[in-house]
Amino acid sequence: MSGGHSQYKPSSGLMKWLDARLPLPRLVYDSFVAYPVPRNLNNWYTFGAILSAILVLQIVTGVVLAMHYVASTDLAFNSIEHIMRDVNYGWLMRRLHANGASFFFVAVYIHMFRSMYYGSYKEPREVLWILGVILFILMIATAFMGYVLPWGQMSFWAATVITGLFSAIPFIGETIQLWLLGGFAVDNATLNRFFSLHYLLPFIIAGVVVLHVWALHVSGQTNPTGVEVKNMRKETVPFTPYATIKDLFALMVFLLVMAWFVFYLPDFLGHPDNYIPADPLKTPAHIVPEWYFLPFYAILRAVDFNIGIPFTEVVLIDSKLGGVIAMFASLIVLLFLPWLDTSKVRSGNYRPMFRQFFLIFVVVCIGLGWLGSKPAEGGYVIAAQVLTAWYFLHFLVILPWLSRYETPKPIPASIADAVLADESSASSADKKTAPQAAE
Amino acid sequence: MSATKTAARTEPTRRDFLYVATGAVGTVGTLALAWPFVDQMNPDASTLALASIEVDVSAMEPGQAITVKWRGKPVFIRYRTDEEVAEADSVELETLKDKDARNQNLGPAVDATDLNRSAGEGRESWIVMIGSCTHLGCVPVGLAGDFGGWFCPCHGSHYDTAGRIRKGPAPENLLIPPFGFVSDTTIKIG
Repeated sequence: MSGGHSQYKPSSGLMKWLDARLPLPRLVYDSFVAYPVPRNLNNWYTFGAILSAILVLQIVTGVVLAMHYVASTDLAFNSIEHIMRDVNYGWLMRRLHANGASFFFVAVYIHMFRSMYYGSYKEPREVLWILGVILFILMIATAFMGYVLPWGQMSFWAATVITGLFSAIPFIGETIQLWLLGGFAVDNATLNRFFSLHYLLPFIIAGVVVLHVWALHVSGQTNPTGVEVKNMRKETVPFTPYATIKDLFALMVFLLVMAWFVFYLPDFLGHPDNYIPADPLKTPAHIVPEWYFLPFYAILRAVDFNIGIPFTEVVLIDSKLGGVIAMFASLIVLLFLPWLDTSKVRSGNYRPMFRQFFLIFVVVCIGLGWLGSKPAEGGYVIAAQVLTAWYFLHFLVILPWLSRYETPKPIPASIADAVLADESSASSADKKTAPQAAE
Repeated sequence: MSATKTAARTEPTRRDFLYVATGAVGTVGTLALAWPFVDQMNPDASTLALASIEVDVSAMEPGQAITVKWRGKPVFIRYRTDEEVAEADSVELETLKDKDARNQNLGPAVDATDLNRSAGEGRESWIVMIGSCTHLGCVPVGLAGDFGGWFCPCHGSHYDTAGRIRKGPAPENLLIPPFGFVSDTTIKIG
């Protein structure tokens, strides 16, 4: 596609007729059959396809669940039990949908870390990356509103806490919160609008996915060497069958793991308190969000101090607003990544120091996730503060600094060079071991 | 060509005026149409019409607390012991994180003394507050925390026996709704 000329040749008279009127088959052929992909893509590059498949799974199971779910504070909790017990295969639909959300995030996190490691966000793929961040934020909003629908204790208090974030905004916060809730507390109005939006957003996501894929097909895929394709014939293979089959195989492996959870550990990733109907007068002793929000939750709670002018009592940002700003900033900073990491070398494979810091960053994110699941007291808070600081340092200081002072390893002249070098070193290794085997 | 262009730039024609005027009316019209779609999400008439409630507290003994529901939120009513009142009264105002009484019955910018937080002179033992943590809206647990008042389990905010924030991420004291004693044993909230 990056070449810009179509290789599609309509095979029959009917297809020729259609091609002259609505060239949809041509679009599909050029985008998903003939589209050239670098021949050295590894398994980390299969998660885009996995994410697309899970989006479809979520939409299909979601539409089915909406046929049986009732968005009303009196009936919502019972309608979920009705789905689980009475509706034919309702249990399967709900298990798939709930665990599907978790695995959606597993896949998106791997996909994002892959992009970060291989520098997939760098010129000319900035828009592609930004669309990805927007998709991630839309996923967060969708998952949050979906979690409210079963109307259990965790649903209710998650809705209370998250809409409470908006009350931290100075002057207009309370008005915004009232507007979001449609009342003075989370109630029927809130549940109904969340249901409406939870149904709407996946289609918005699907629309942005189309833009994301479009942007990808304009710039072409990156690859583990980070070197752009120079020779189409030598360095790329057609999407079908090479990428399609590889993606399908990866999807099967991924779904196999997910099926283990769906059938054998269906509630492992959930929280038992959500099997208690929502009670506006009682907060559960220990509220935690779903696992995929834990790092952001840890960042939210890490700010437990007011920020003011030193040696005076003037408070510029109170602890509540500070936490909210930090949490949103942790997402917003991702949008600027292409301009924070300005190193000309894309792939982490050729950036020895970046590679170390990338690994530290992954550990920091996982650490924040672990801390988010712990109560906000004592050493946990201090640890969360340290890791939160590191999270922002990584983007705002370490990456710009590395871009300037790191000496990268020599990068291969082309993908073909890198692949052939691998092959020749592998075959020379064979030659070395072969005589030993003969002896 | 350039001459006509300059002329057009310096002297707008009637047609230019019509273009701009049409565009302006269209923009205002679009915004006016958008407003109902935004405003429909605000609290509806039935929510706003939620009247006040009256609570009979004749059965309460010192040291006891009850929770009632008002506007979908919990309201704490606590009949404090003399020791609890004395303890809250002895706290220096300087040491408080939020020095405002947050008492809707007294108006803005009133010191957060124990008296200003309570039901007033002669009823210092009574405290009535919206049971919604000022951090992110969880319901704090009564008779708990480092100061014997309330403790919010969500993010670890500690309130004292006058419902003032003493420790943790919450920025403000627990809010006091409009209320009053309609008789010696009945409290009207709202």
